Amino acid sequence: MAQNSTTLLTPAAWTAFGIAATVLVLVVPVLNLALPATSALHVPDYMIALMGKFLCYAMVALAIDLIWGFTGILSLGHGMFFALGGYAMGMYLMREIAGEGVYRSQLPDFMVFLDWKELPWYWHGFEHFWFAMLMVILAPGVFALVFGFFAFRSRIKGVYFSIITQAMTYAAMLLFFRNNTGFGGNNGLTDFKHILGFSLLESRTKVGLYAASALALAGTFLLCRFVTASKLGRVLTAIRDAESRVMFSGYDPLRYKLFVWTLSAVLCGIAGALYVPQVGIINPSEMHPGNSIEMAIWAAVGGRGTLVGPIIGAWLVNGAKSVFTVAFPDLWLYFLGAIFIATTLFLPDGVVGLGRLLSCRKKGRNRDRS
Amino acid sequence: MKKTLPRIARFLAILLATLSLAGTVLAEDTIKVGILHSLSGTMAISETSLKDMALMAIEEINDSGGLLGKKIEPVVVDPASNWPLFAEKARELLTKEKVAVVFGCWTSVSRKSVLPVFEELNGLLFYPVQYEGEECSYNVFYTGAAPNQQAIPAVEYLMSADGGGAKRFVLLGTDYVYPRTTNKILRAFLHSKGVADEDIMETYTPFGHSDYQTIVSDIKKFSTGKRTAVISTINGDSNVPFYKELANQGIKAQDIPVVAFSVGEEELRGIDTKPLVGHLAAWNYFMSMNTPENKAFIAKWQAYVKKHNLPGGAARVTNDPMEATYIGVMMWAHAVRQAGTTNVDAVRQAVAGQSLKAPSGYDIVMDTKNHHLHKPVVIGEVQANGQFDIVWKTPGPIRAEAWSPYIPDSAKKTADWTYPWVCGNCEKAKY
Amino acid sequence: MIRLTRILFALALVGLLRLPAPALAADAPEADDYAKAVAGLASDNRQDLLASLETLARLADPRAQAPLGALADRRLKSDGAGHAIIVSKDGATAVDAVTGENYTGPLGALSDPPVNNLVRQHISAVISSLALASPDPEQRLAAARELADRPVESARAGLKKALAAETDDRVKSLLEQTLAQIDLKSPDKAARLAAIKAIGDSGNSDFLPALRQVVDRQDKSDLLNADGDIAEAAARAVSSLERRDLAVRAARDFFFGASLGSVLLLAALGLAITFGLMGVINMAHGEMLMIGAYVAYVVQEFFSSHFPNFADWYLPAAIPLAFAVTAAVGMLLERTIIRHLYGRPLETLLATWGISLVLIQTVRLIFGAQNVEVRNPAFLSGGFELVRGLTLTYNRIGIIVFVIFVVALTWLLLNRTPLGLSIRAVTQARSTAAAMGIFTSKVDMWTFGLGSGIAGLGGVALTQVGNVGPELGQSYIVDSFMVVVLGGVGKLAGTIFGALGLGFINKYLEPFSGAVLGKIIVLVLVVVFIQKRPQGIFALKGRTAE
Repeated sequence: MAQNSTTLLTPAAWTAFGIAATVLVLVVPVLNLALPATSALHVPDYMIALMGKFLCYAMVALAIDLIWGFTGILSLGHGMFFALGGYAMGMYLMREIAGEGVYRSQLPDFMVFLDWKELPWYWHGFEHFWFAMLMVILAPGVFALVFGFFAFRSRIKGVYFSIITQAMTYAAMLLFFRNNTGFGGNNGLTDFKHILGFSLLESRTKVGLYAASALALAGTFLLCRFVTASKLGRVLTAIRDAESRVMFSGYDPLRYKLFVWTLSAVLCGIAGALYVPQVGIINPSEMHPGNSIEMAIWAAVGGRGTLVGPIIGAWLVNGAKSVFTVAFPDLWLYFLGAIFIATTLFLPDGVVGLGRLLSCRKKGRNRDRS
Repeated sequence: MKKTLPRIARFLAILLATLSLAGTVLAEDTIKVGILHSLSGTMAISETSLKDMALMAIEEINDSGGLLGKKIEPVVVDPASNWPLFAEKARELLTKEKVAVVFGCWTSVSRKSVLPVFEELNGLLFYPVQYEGEECSYNVFYTGAAPNQQAIPAVEYLMSADGGGAKRFVLLGTDYVYPRTTNKILRAFLHSKGVADEDIMETYTPFGHSDYQTIVSDIKKFSTGKRTAVISTINGDSNVPFYKELANQGIKAQDIPVVAFSVGEEELRGIDTKPLVGHLAAWNYFMSMNTPENKAFIAKWQAYVKKHNLPGGAARVTNDPMEATYIGVMMWAHAVRQAGTTNVDAVRQAVAGQSLKAPSGYDIVMDTKNHHLHKPVVIGEVQANGQFDIVWKTPGPIRAEAWSPYIPDSAKKTADWTYPWVCGNCEKAKY
Repeated sequence: MIRLTRILFALALVGLLRLPAPALAADAPEADDYAKAVAGLASDNRQDLLASLETLARLADPRAQAPLGALADRRLKSDGAGHAIIVSKDGATAVDAVTGENYTGPLGALSDPPVNNLVRQHISAVISSLALASPDPEQRLAAARELADRPVESARAGLKKALAAETDDRVKSLLEQTLAQIDLKSPDKAARLAAIKAIGDSGNSDFLPALRQVVDRQDKSDLLNADGDIAEAAARAVSSLERRDLAVRAARDFFFGASLGSVLLLAALGLAITFGLMGVINMAHGEMLMIGAYVAYVVQEFFSSHFPNFADWYLPAAIPLAFAVTAAVGMLLERTIIRHLYGRPLETLLATWGISLVLIQTVRLIFGAQNVEVRNPAFLSGGFELVRGLTLTYNRIGIIVFVIFVVALTWLLLNRTPLGLSIRAVTQARSTAAAMGIFTSKVDMWTFGLGSGIAGLGGVALTQVGNVGPELGQSYIVDSFMVVVLGGVGKLAGTIFGALGLGFINKYLEPFSGAVLGKIIVLVLVVVFIQKRPQGIFALKGRTAE
């Protein structure tokens, strides 16, 4: 599981990475924009939006792998960071359409029907894109920093930690469901029309967002690889495997855990920010504990502790969900539940682990034959 | 590491290929129709029956020869009470399955999240649930009640002598847009009738809230001295603990009547109705309406339940959103026959002005201008057997006001898709 | 409204007539009127119905109580020929309301008169006014309570007369309060002062708004007419009532907190036991609650179809059955899935989440996605008023009692049986216990079964206070976790304190912060508390939470 080399990626891996990146970032958009709709190779519009979503989910899975696969902290509340980033982007998009909403008011629609006369203080500044992007990083980041500091300092571990992250996201969900909190309540933020001047309905914008997500995923992958291949990464793995020993060796796990926890929260936030313009709505139900648990499953299905695994896992599980909710609308929950159970029981190392197992067996057989 | 190169590339290639292949559809001689209702998650309780009713209506049309010589093929998807999934499924239905129309949605969030998709792709959605108004989209036909077809007549009834002559009102709802907007409209309406703010108590509880002890106690206190009525926009699940608490704390319907807008036959099925007897609900249809059309409708439904062995069997009921779904499907089918095509623009023109003798016994008309139905208002009292005893109804259907005249910003707007306005929310005609 | 006043005005007559019916029956023209009025109750026109009620109030004939009661019960119907027919409680026989003769026609042909809430108000008023003349003090008490809710000026004379002749203390005090309420608006100053004092002494805080109005009026009124005595008396009465009100509210919040805490305790107890022993957080725990609730539903349906006379007894029958079923399901899950994940608590968490999805969908497919109806048995419906403003509902009292019983049983099991000894041993030191010859895997299975069984019992209790649907468990899972985390594991006391604590905090916060914020604050408090004391209130294992 641990990477021996301290180089970022082996040449072979770089090639693979390059191919994947090119396909995702360049080939797919071309297939969508350049080819006519009737061509067999044309990638339909809804597919672009779907794949963009999956790319964002893959980023989240990577973030979870960082703290769970490599540091041994299972968070069941990462949906909250994802949603916080999403809300920051959503607030920017709402300010973008000031005056174009249903009530033609400078205030977002939901504030009009709540009879609010002016923008609350925490909404100011979101009309600037750079500010919103700053908040995408700061909001989940600062919250994670504070929460993580207090949690890790009191050395809460394992299942207890997972439970309080669940409580954290549940409380946040309840808070955002309140209309009086000022984030659109149950309806959330919706009715987006354009981003940075580009209309969200045009294919170009959609493809642009998709490409941005793909680039972000590539960047996240490289960043995570950099972190985990460095000396810091080795301390993390050590914390995962034997935290007390790490402490006795003179390292302060608090700083390392806090760093990786905050980093993963920020990555989730960025994923959320890219997700929201592609689905057109951000809503407190993104913070539902169930969503966060599913995110952990993506990492588990793909293979924890490898960085490729969670990406595969996110695509596999969400792709299966998309297919099953259409093909078997009454039974798809069985499939999802079965995936959860089967993965934890039979595939503790996920799909990647399974792949390795099969290839090892093949190698062994070849050796025997020769 | 050497293995991962071909593996990843292979994997991605296969994935892409599968996903795009999944898009191929065998061309058949059917008309596809999308059904977008949650079959799992929190909304499944309400929406599953709507899916069943839509399927029944489609089966009825198919059995009598189909539409334009072809059979209707329903495409059922499960958006799982997940709002982004609603938008994704809607897009899939319109672009991949190429459905001619979609019947779906329940919550305002789900409708708002699919709206941009329908407007972008010029699809058609029939939305069958009572809602808060303040909307009128070119691509949606609203077969459920707007506030002036449900909330306001109910309050008028409560204020009348027949309804108990209430002078004090408790506006109790779940914290989301429908109760908030409805209560805003009702507050303005009550002011216009001379009810002061200190005689209005407005409270909200979160979804799934189940502990109403404090709130019921407060209602009891609020009601001393003046006749009080409660207007409940509590959603689904929370109704049970609320009514149970009311009954247990000794509040009788004749002292403090509660009129609910989200409690129908379907919700009563899962409740011990004893504590609710005498309390009221306001809808445009009740299963207990004594008309030949309703009897036929209920018979058809029960035969369908039996034939398809739906869970619940003989205990399955019909309710207002189900009637609205049925009306929607039938009106759409008539429009298609009239227009001779399923083309959305043509059908849209044909739907406006359609009329139908609904199970409620009234002649329901789709307004020619604002995409809403003219519906009657019926007020019923809950009976112990889960049905409603009708105590009041309007003599004829009422035209919907998509924009409430009681909200100052909305009062200026008009919803009129005919020339010269041609818009759903303008203050001036476009032409 | 006017009609109601007229009816209550009839009290004046009632106050004079304290004798039962026979004296009146001899009077022929009145008997005719009486017969006509009772027959009028079966009218299909609501106005005629109300007019008949008014007549009956005026006549003050105590015989009217029977047909009026039947009308309120929906048992008085019309035969279409102008006769009022009273159907017996079991629906088998029917008699004519006036003559008392048996009705021989078909029961199905009878129609209901147009009774609605307005009519029912009038019916209650008439019944109470008649009951005030009854020789039975309980009936007079009930009548007085009804009248106390609707004090009208025109009833004053009647009330005074009734008061003068009243012998029962409770009825007396109620009548006095009603009179006092009316007198608050009296032009006579002495009467007003007396009324204010009476209300202040009554301790009935329902009158606070009325008193406050008096104080307000005094402040705003003309200096010439301002009366220091009245203002002072009113202010004193208001403060005494307010003090009492605070006390009542504190008691009310205590009861509500205890009942919420008992529900939480029932939901979390099984989880605490499983987690304490195996370190497994069972995300499917909520579904055990749900299964228990559905077992209660199935038993209820069985009883209603096979033993309709004992329908209410489904609840005691459901309790052991729910325990057995959920324990079996739990043990099955443990044997097939959870056992293989021993030592990997985080994976178990995820696997059990998958199990919960499967269980929810299964129940949805069998019973439908809609909620199902579980009726409150008669012995758990309603409540009793301890003091004015504090009603203790029977279903919640029942749950508190049930929880005490379950906790006692659990304590007995854990501390007085061999199985309990094994469970405690394995919880405290697994390897040592194994070395001593205890089959830890068997103990695991039994513990999981026990934990799930208790959750099943919790589910049965939950049917009495909330909905029963496939997603029942989802709403209790986060709260159960909070209780377990807060209370610590390994000791029953921890879970009890955790649950009750959370229940009380929640309920005491609610009047100030509202339901949502209250819940959020509680969650935040728990998270903060855990920082200070990670192992919970009562902890068995070490200093750090492992």
